[in-house]
Amino acid sequence: MTKPATAAPPPPRLYAAREPVFPRRVAGSFRTLKWWIMAATLGIYYLTPWIRWDRGPALPDQAVLVDLAGRRFYFFMIEIWPHEFYFVAGLLIMAGLGLFLFTSALGRVWCGYACPQTVWTDLFITVERWIEGDRNARVRLWKQDWDGRKLRLRLLKWSLWLVIAVATGGAWVFYFADAPTLLADLVTLRAHPVAYSTVAILAATTFVFGGFAREQICIYACPWPRIQAAMMDEETMTIAYRDWRGEPRGRHRKAEGAERLGDCIDCLACVVVCPMGIDIRNGQQMACITCGLCIDACNDVMDRVGKPRDLIGFLALSDERRERAGEARRRVWRHVFRPRTIVYSLLWAGIGIGLVVALFLRTDLDVTIAPVRNPTFVTLADGSIRNAYDLRIRNMHDTERTFRIGVRGAPGLALALEGRDGLDLAVPADAIRIQRLYLTAAAASALATGGRSPVEIWASDIDGRTRAEVETHFQGSAP
Amino acid sequence: MPAWWLWTFYATIAFALVYVVLYPAWPMVTRATGGVLGWSTRADVAAEIARFEAANEPMFARLLATDPAAVAADEDLHRFAVAAGAAIFRAQCSQCHGAGAAGVQASGFPNLLDDEWLWGGTTDAIVTTVTHGIRNETDPDARYSQMPAFGEELDAEEIEDLVAQVRALSHQSHDAARAAAGAALFETNCAACHGAAGEGSRDLGAPVLANAIWLYGGSEAAIRQTITFSRWGVMPAFGARLREAEIRAVALYVHQLGGGE
Repeated sequence: MTKPATAAPPPPRLYAAREPVFPRRVAGSFRTLKWWIMAATLGIYYLTPWIRWDRGPALPDQAVLVDLAGRRFYFFMIEIWPHEFYFVAGLLIMAGLGLFLFTSALGRVWCGYACPQTVWTDLFITVERWIEGDRNARVRLWKQDWDGRKLRLRLLKWSLWLVIAVATGGAWVFYFADAPTLLADLVTLRAHPVAYSTVAILAATTFVFGGFAREQICIYACPWPRIQAAMMDEETMTIAYRDWRGEPRGRHRKAEGAERLGDCIDCLACVVVCPMGIDIRNGQQMACITCGLCIDACNDVMDRVGKPRDLIGFLALSDERRERAGEARRRVWRHVFRPRTIVYSLLWAGIGIGLVVALFLRTDLDVTIAPVRNPTFVTLADGSIRNAYDLRIRNMHDTERTFRIGVRGAPGLALALEGRDGLDLAVPADAIRIQRLYLTAAAASALATGGRSPVEIWASDIDGRTRAEVETHFQGSAP
Repeated sequence: MPAWWLWTFYATIAFALVYVVLYPAWPMVTRATGGVLGWSTRADVAAEIARFEAANEPMFARLLATDPAAVAADEDLHRFAVAAGAAIFRAQCSQCHGAGAAGVQASGFPNLLDDEWLWGGTTDAIVTTVTHGIRNETDPDARYSQMPAFGEELDAEEIEDLVAQVRALSHQSHDAARAAAGAALFETNCAACHGAAGEGSRDLGAPVLANAIWLYGGSEAAIRQTITFSRWGVMPAFGARLREAEIRAVALYVHQLGGGE
């Protein structure tokens, strides 16, 4: 009896250090598109708080402003109050459906082009390449021991990253306060501590996520890659390597048997440009963010070796079968227009139309009423029955307006306002006023001795242009 | 798995250990471990309350400097006084008068929402009532009135006649023959305080009998009980419990509940 000659191999380690990724510079149509989208998204983010929009003297003149203290959201000509939060909810639902639509049609193009993590990582890599050189120089610098040059380059890179990071955190707080005032306050150290801590936290996350974590965020931290599979099917356009054309791969074109080789010359151009550090030739995988840079790189190589382009390209899974069988691909629009994307588009457009209609129907006056239910009615000395209500008037207009209050639907009810003569109520510009109302039914009248009777309270602008009504009940002495 | 993920997990464990030392954490028999920083939620709340009370102080000073009847003209001050008064009312008054200030008729706790006042419904009159109370033994300036218990002086038939007369004065259903007999009894025994037509007297704290509002109820049984045994509603004096500014705030709150004069 002898023991087995070889011991079992040690179990693989469960944790591995991050493999650093050094994406090489690449040129091509997808890279150009990525530059344009990067410029547009960064431009929108950094510049939007500085757009001015005149709303008169009573209101802020910042086009996009989230006024948390005043509980208002200003967006150009729109001013949203807290009770109109469904507009924001609707926009969020549209954003979600838009993401579904793009993912089901074109895969993870959001991840590859427009996601802030991608955009800022791209920006940080651009800075890195500008200071330390392209891929090979960066790999060398990474491997070499620390010396004066490495220290200088690293410090320069980190300080530029830090400038971008602080500007990014800084731009965020401008959405929540008047940007020019806040900038002056921030610079002169007079701003609120919350502003500084927000800038600091966002600067830190930008610096770490864009500079160091990069693709780790997409692979390990972001939930989107996990749920995107539910939106994709075999008609979704994703990035694919045509292995039926490329394999067997080989780089020695003049060696014996080279005529059996496929189009892939195994130059690794698609691997070294990939910001996620993956090899697309292994097939569609979770880490792929569908940015298309490998397509640019491969097309460049194919042009130079005189082979047809699109060895790597946007391809639907269903096309793979056709291409393998030697058939033509279906046209892109036939992949894109299919029941799933049409349903997403219809839902998206339906909510959008609903929001636009709601926007046009909304008035700058809103009235709600809360009957006082403790007690439900009060008997007065002359035997009449009185109900009390709390009327809440929102004047969503930039001037003070006076409203006449009235009651309709129950003849014989006398209306009075607590603490004031007459039925007129002035509400300051852009403000809420709460007013106690009394409705009184004469002694022994049908309303006084009855149960619940429906009534309508209305408020109307003195010049009669704006009017709002709200339904409630009058409670008589009968249960 | 990337190794940084594992290190992040170790970092959270280290954080927990530091937290346990610095802040209240482990539940012990009577209370949790205190933590070396000595921080507690209760102290935080106390500091927070003190901060708001200090912030309210200037408004209370302004309230004290303003004539109660003139506060309504100062919108900011009035809003502050009503809000402060509502809080005081919930803590000090709602036990008897109810959270909605509608009182409890069966116990004789007055409804503060209607338009009848035993002792007056101006802000000043309410301030006096709240400060000194009614029929208590602690404040010599308490409002005071006493109705005799007529069960000791009149017989049962006479009391029934009086009940009918009181019902007649308030236009409720009654026995006309008994009411006619009761009219003379009313003239002799009741009119001195309640008035010849039951119109009451605020100077004496005598309730109006000729309207629809009843402190203890307007049914025959309730009126019979009142005449036979009298009533003795007591309200404590709040002059010693509340500051002058707080009394004014609660009076302004009560004044704007619907019955203020």
